[in-house]
Amino acid sequence: MVRPLWTLLQRDISLIVTRRQDVLTVVAFFVIVITLFPLAIGPEPEKLRTIAPGAVWVAAALASLISLDRLFADDWRDGTLEQLALAPQPLALTALAKVLAHWLSLGLPLVILSPALGYALGLQGIELAVLAGSLLLGTPVLSLLGAVGAAMTLGVRGGGALMALLILPLYVPVLILGAGAVNEAMFAAPYQAHLSLLGALLAVALPLLPLAIAGALRITLD
Amino acid sequence: MTGRSIPWLKFTAPANFYTLAQRLVPWLWPAAALCAVAGLYMGFFVAPPDHQQGDAYRILFIHVPTAWMGMLLYLLLAAYGAIFLVWRIKMADIMARAIAPTGALMTFLSLWTGALWGAPTWGTFWVWDARLTSTLILLFLFLGYMALHAASDDREKGGRAASLLAIIGAVNVPIIYFSVEWWYNLHQGVSVMRSDGPSMADSMLAALLLMIAAFWIYAGAIVLRRAQAEALSREARTEWAQAAAAGRLTREQRERAAVGIEGNRPPLESGGQT
Repeated sequence: MVRPLWTLLQRDISLIVTRRQDVLTVVAFFVIVITLFPLAIGPEPEKLRTIAPGAVWVAAALASLISLDRLFADDWRDGTLEQLALAPQPLALTALAKVLAHWLSLGLPLVILSPALGYALGLQGIELAVLAGSLLLGTPVLSLLGAVGAAMTLGVRGGGALMALLILPLYVPVLILGAGAVNEAMFAAPYQAHLSLLGALLAVALPLLPLAIAGALRITLD
Repeated sequence: MTGRSIPWLKFTAPANFYTLAQRLVPWLWPAAALCAVAGLYMGFFVAPPDHQQGDAYRILFIHVPTAWMGMLLYLLLAAYGAIFLVWRIKMADIMARAIAPTGALMTFLSLWTGALWGAPTWGTFWVWDARLTSTLILLFLFLGYMALHAASDDREKGGRAASLLAIIGAVNVPIIYFSVEWWYNLHQGVSVMRSDGPSMADSMLAALLLMIAAFWIYAGAIVLRRAQAEALSREARTEWAQAAAAGRLTREQRERAAVGIEGNRPPLESGGQT
């Protein structure tokens, strides 16, 4: 059972990576959104430092949202998704493999890039590590939640904007905990609690949300 | 269907539901009005002014019931969504869809009255406080449900996707609440559901309970009415719906329509469940 999923994972990653501009677009989007904050707020380092955790997290959430828009769309259009649903592997695991491939190729670059952007906004030392760590734990949850929205809005009028309306409210806990962890670190307070809770969210989301994604896909394919 | 012996399953047939609602709603309107008048009288003329907030607190008699109704209706919406997803009972989707606008309205009203209450007591219309923020997110969840339901061309499909969303949202509501709670808190503490009894005067409590009853009954009446309209529009081509719209639905027509649920569906509906 693992083998087909492994193949699917490789296929999805290579599909995303060969169309290099997709990865570049998302990364560029992430960077540009963060660049907008200093431009809008002003270059004072103190001010920027206070908004840094929130700015990076909001940018990551938006980048995840726009990149997930097309998670299932191409496979759905050419009928691959239907074949995947008919395959003997549970659809939930198939969906999980797809989300994993998506996160590895489009979510992980953001995590890796985040310390540099955090540094640009004035975060230092341990705060950068906490920022990257919180994104590492949080962005997979965002991807899983977003995948539910992507599956629900397949083939629906105004899919992208609708998906934002459906999914952004559900992003709130992750956003609060993720930015909260960095804020705690900035005040030299213990940040482990926030990270633990983020880990707990991931632990809950990992088994449950693939089921929801599979349910949403079945509704769409029906 | 094994559940045939349970009488309430009878009302999963839109025709039976329609008749039931038709009988209930005329009683609910005056009951809601009566409770509201009594509650408002108690609230404005009997209940004493608050020793800190003076008369400003009296908006509580609208604010608290709407806030509770908003949350309750969301849970109810998710419950009907779950029923629809599991048993494919069309009436459950109709009910869920009928609940959503009232739920959104209640949530909006609780935010609005909260803002009006906040102005004299906190000195601001809006703060990014935990309960305000989570109520705002609840409003977004309602709007998302309605948008997703309306976005699909296929009502059945849209209903199922929206039901799934409602369930995920309901699981998320406590998580959102606690995460936001943790994040910042200014809102006053719990004062009705406390283990040492409510911390308010008896007449205030009576007024509040009357207003809560009024909102419950009002919500019931308006939701049933909306569900009736939705049931009619979904079954517009059937015999019972046309008779009901003309105001003369007979018992025979109703029973024939109810049997049709188990046997042949009307041609308008595709019963495809694969």
